Amino acid sequence: MTDRLPGFSTLAVHAGAQPDPTTGARATPIYQTTSFVFNDADHAASLFGLQAFGNIYTRIGNPTNAVLEERVAALEGGTAALAVASGHAAQLVVLQQLLKPGDEIIAARKLYGGSINQFTHAFKAFGWNVVWADPDEIESFERAVTPHTKAIFIESIANPAGSITDIEAIAAVARKAGVPLIVDNTLASPYLIQPIDHGADIVVHSLTKFLGGHGNSLGGIIVDAGTFDWSKDNKYPMLSEPRPEYHGIRIQETFGNFAFAIACRVLGLRDLGPALSPFNAFMILTGIETLPLRMQKHCDNAKAVAEFLSTHPAVSAVNYAGLPGDRYNALQRKYAPKGAGAVFTFSLKGGYDAGVNLVSNLKLFSHLANVGDTRSLVIHPASTTHSQLDDAAKVKSGAAPEVVRLSIGIEDKEDLIADLDQALRA
Amino acid sequence: MNHDAYDDNYIRSILNNVKSIAMVGASPVNVRPSYFAFKYLAQRGYDMIPVNPGHVGKALMGKPFVASLADIDRPIDMIDIFRNSSHIMPVVEEALKLSPLPKVIWMQLGARDDAAAEKAEAAGLKVVMNRCPKIEYGRLSSEISWMGVNSRTLSSKRAPIPTQGMRLSLNRTSFGGGQTAASDRAAKNKTETT
Ligand SMILES: Cc1ncc(COP(=O)(O)O)c(C=O)c1O
Repeated sequence: MTDRLPGFSTLAVHAGAQPDPTTGARATPIYQTTSFVFNDADHAASLFGLQAFGNIYTRIGNPTNAVLEERVAALEGGTAALAVASGHAAQLVVLQQLLKPGDEIIAARKLYGGSINQFTHAFKAFGWNVVWADPDEIESFERAVTPHTKAIFIESIANPAGSITDIEAIAAVARKAGVPLIVDNTLASPYLIQPIDHGADIVVHSLTKFLGGHGNSLGGIIVDAGTFDWSKDNKYPMLSEPRPEYHGIRIQETFGNFAFAIACRVLGLRDLGPALSPFNAFMILTGIETLPLRMQKHCDNAKAVAEFLSTHPAVSAVNYAGLPGDRYNALQRKYAPKGAGAVFTFSLKGGYDAGVNLVSNLKLFSHLANVGDTRSLVIHPASTTHSQLDDAAKVKSGAAPEVVRLSIGIEDKEDLIADLDQALRA
Repeated sequence: MNHDAYDDNYIRSILNNVKSIAMVGASPVNVRPSYFAFKYLAQRGYDMIPVNPGHVGKALMGKPFVASLADIDRPIDMIDIFRNSSHIMPVVEEALKLSPLPKVIWMQLGARDDAAAEKAEAAGLKVVMNRCPKIEYGRLSSEISWMGVNSRTLSSKRAPIPTQGMRLSLNRTSFGGGQTAASDRAAKNKTETT
């Protein structure tokens, strides 16, 4: 009862979890069940009417997933969270609460290629229009604001090039425009950056990456900062207006500073359906327990590899914010002083072909389309993740033809450097 | 008394010690927040009294509505006010005429009247503003964790299996009070701009 703020590592192990009341199990059990028995008809009615805390059906909530939700909410400093099936599902569910057909979202041009696709094509088909802005030029966000703007979306550390975004400057634009700032914190993880401290109203993650951390489970999560007033000028009727799905309940009035997370659950997840498997939630929770240890090792290894590459004769440029001369180094020291993350790109003097060769010569790095695994990974974005973009868009999002992306794992850094060295010479 | 952020121990001692709660502005309409809170607190073992002059003759969970605090036939520990900020003062003035005095004035989520709070505190009452007792009870017991809410508490103890009508232990290790730093900041921003 000390009201002492536990440290990040303590929260990573304990937040949201306690011994199972029924069995005393200390690890969080996998509640691999679709549904939960009601005490009686009145209890069932209370749960369906959102009047009681409890479980109904795993598409809406599950006790294993709830532990994961509370844990990530605690690590991010948010009021509540909602776990979903993937990072992409998190983005879909968030925007469904905020946008109607004809509305706009301003998004940073530097995003994960899959997010660029999702915004450009799938969301466009819903009538949600994306307006791109350049995170290296804050005024481009200001210029993009219109009366239809409903949210701003950025990545804290942007995929693929590992560039660092000036979250506070963009949060100021969002505040002025009266819209929430959504930050995809996947590549930083809350160990490196807690975007809510810098003005984010909503944080999303692909749990598939560093939070799960072992490349074995897909997942996504939405964290509510509890900072945004959804009822202020009637721009967000999902939260401020009586909901016909729930006999006229107003979500913000009823749930206060965790209303957004509840809306995502009872209006988004319930109706769109991308629920996270409890088994995946268990795997990701186990991963999170070692997040602080892993993330520091990822960053330390990445810095050593980036330093090695920056002096290599076959390499023309290294984009790693942790290097002193990098254009994002000042932002890195402000936002992510513990490390610049473990995903970055570098350019080969030999161009596209040298990129393809390097990937095939590596023996320890795995050639695949993921990041944030214990194992070191490599990909050539121009021919894979960003191949759907035209050449100009490839360059703008940091995926030019000569660029190779690495996700540095937690192996011994000497072995990673030796593998890159032999592959660059081969 | 800082009414922007409450220490969990303050909220915990109130919820652990009060037994009877008069809810002013209680609604029999089952989608109103006051109805949810009334029902939940009754199920957690509090002696609840619905106060609303518009519904005298009806009952809420078997408890008859009374028109005003003065009509309650027994001492009450806490008054939970489910009214807008502009309607708080008269309720507090009425509460301060009761004998014995109630111990706690609680103003619902969204409601705050600093002058009324000062008056109640001068008479020796404890005051909570802009909070929901259902949410706070759910948070301190961690029952609210079922909904993915950050309870801001930890426990390595094995809790009893919760059954209906059971009082839950609120004595978990707290950190930093109910609000997060970010939401406190937001609340401050809001009061500054309004
Ligand atoms: C920054 C970022 N956001 C979102 C996603 C999408 O996540 P998921 O694959 O879990 O849907 C990814 C995946 O690579 C990512 O790197």
